[in-house]
Amino acid sequence: MDPAHFLDTFFRPDLIASSLPLIGKGMLITIEIALAVIVTGFALGFALAILRARGIRPINALIIVFVDVLRALPPLVPVLLIYFGLPGIGINLPSFAVLWLVLSLVLAAFVEEIVWAGILSVRKGQWEAARSTGLSFLPTMTNVILPQAVRLTIPPLTNRTIAITKNTALGTVIGVGEILNQATTAVSFSGNATPLMVGAIAYLIIFIPVVIVGGWIERRFAWKRA
Amino acid sequence: MDLIAQQFFNLDIMRQAWPLILRGLGMTLMICAAVVPLGLAGGLLVGLASQSRSALLRRSVSAAITLFRALPPLVLLILIYAGLPFAGIRLNPFTAVCLAFFLNNASFYGEIFRAGIESVGRGQWEAARSTGLRGPQIMAHVILPQAVRNVLPDLVSNTVEVVKLTSLASVVALPELLYSAEMARSVTYNASPVVLAAGIYLLMLWPFVRLMSRLEHRVAQ
Repeated sequence: MDPAHFLDTFFRPDLIASSLPLIGKGMLITIEIALAVIVTGFALGFALAILRARGIRPINALIIVFVDVLRALPPLVPVLLIYFGLPGIGINLPSFAVLWLVLSLVLAAFVEEIVWAGILSVRKGQWEAARSTGLSFLPTMTNVILPQAVRLTIPPLTNRTIAITKNTALGTVIGVGEILNQATTAVSFSGNATPLMVGAIAYLIIFIPVVIVGGWIERRFAWKRA
Repeated sequence: MDLIAQQFFNLDIMRQAWPLILRGLGMTLMICAAVVPLGLAGGLLVGLASQSRSALLRRSVSAAITLFRALPPLVLLILIYAGLPFAGIRLNPFTAVCLAFFLNNASFYGEIFRAGIESVGRGQWEAARSTGLRGPQIMAHVILPQAVRNVLPDLVSNTVEVVKLTSLASVVALPELLYSAEMARSVTYNASPVVLAAGIYLLMLWPFVRLMSRLEHRVAQ
C-alpha cells in the first residue's frame, strides 16, 4: 500500500474535518458518563465498605453476594440484560442511564472490595483506642480508620477506575452516542476508515494522560516490598 | 413478580436455548485457550524487555504498553476488525479477537511481570551471580520464580479480566457464550437465555473471584 493511498484511506483531511464535531460530541459524552460513574461508584462503594465494617451478618452476606456477582460478570452481560430485558417487564431506561447504572454498580463492587481490604489492614488496636476516647462508629471510621486505610488502596483504586471508565466504550453496543459509536456511524456513512482513526486518537487523548498519571500515582503510593 | 419470572427465569426457553448456549460456551473456552497463553507469553516478553540494557527497546516497549493500556479493548477490536479491511487486510472474527486481545493482554500482563521482576531485591541478583550463574539463568531460576510468586494475585485477577473480556467478541459476531445468548434472546423476545449465560459466567469465574478476595485480604493483614 503506497503512502498516498494509505493516507487517503485512514487519514483523509476532509473526512477528518467533517468527523471532528461528531467525535468531539462523543468525547464529551464519554467524559460525562465516566465522571458520573466515578462519583456514584465511589460513593456507593465506600458506603458499602463502611456498612460492612458494622459487622451485621445478613447485610454483610448480601454485600458479599453483590460484590462477587458484579466482579465475576463481564460488564457487557448486565448492560445487555438490563437494556433489552427490562422493557419486557414494562421498564424502559434510556441507553446512557443503563450504561451509567451498570458501570457504577461494577465500580462500586470493586471499590467496596478494595476499601474493605484497606479497612482490614488497619490494626484492631486503632479501633479500640479510638472508641475508648469516646468516638462513635462513624467518626472512628472517617477520622481514624479510613485515613490510614486509604493509602494502601490508592494504587488498586486508580487501576480499577481507569479500567472501568474505559468500559464506557461498551455503550456503543446499546447506542449511547459516545466516541466509538460516533466513529463507527461515520465510517458506515463515509465508507472510509478515517473517522475510526480519529475516534481512536480521541480515546488516546483522553486516556494516555490518565494512564500516565495513574502509573505515577501507583509508584508514588506503592507498598514497597523488601 | 410473575412477569419478572416469565421474562428473566423462563425455564422452557432456557431449555430450548441450552444447545446453542453450550456451543457458545465451547467457543468462549476456545478463545480463552488461545488468548490466555498468548497474553502470558507476550506479557513475559514485555516484562523481560522492560529490564533490557537497550534504552531504545525499553522506551519503545513502554510506549507501546501505554498506548494499548489507553485504548479500550473494544476500540482496539473494532479498529482491527473494521479498520484493517480498508487496508486490504481481512481477518476472520476469531483471528481479529486473538490479535486485539493479545495486544491488550500482553500490555497488562507485561506491567504485572515488570512489577514482579522489580520486586525481587538487588541482593538476589548479586548472590546468584556470585554462585557463577549467567544472566538468563539467573532470570529463569532465581528471579522469575520469586517474581511470579510475588505478583500471583495480580496474575489471577488479570486472567479473570481476560476471561470476562472474551464477551466483547460478541460485538464482532463471533458466536461465543454471550453472542449465542443474545441470539436466543432476540429470537424468543425473552431475556432468560442471557440470564442463563450470566449464570455460566458466574459458575466459571466466581471461584476465582473468591480466591482473589482471599489473597488480597491476606496481603492486607
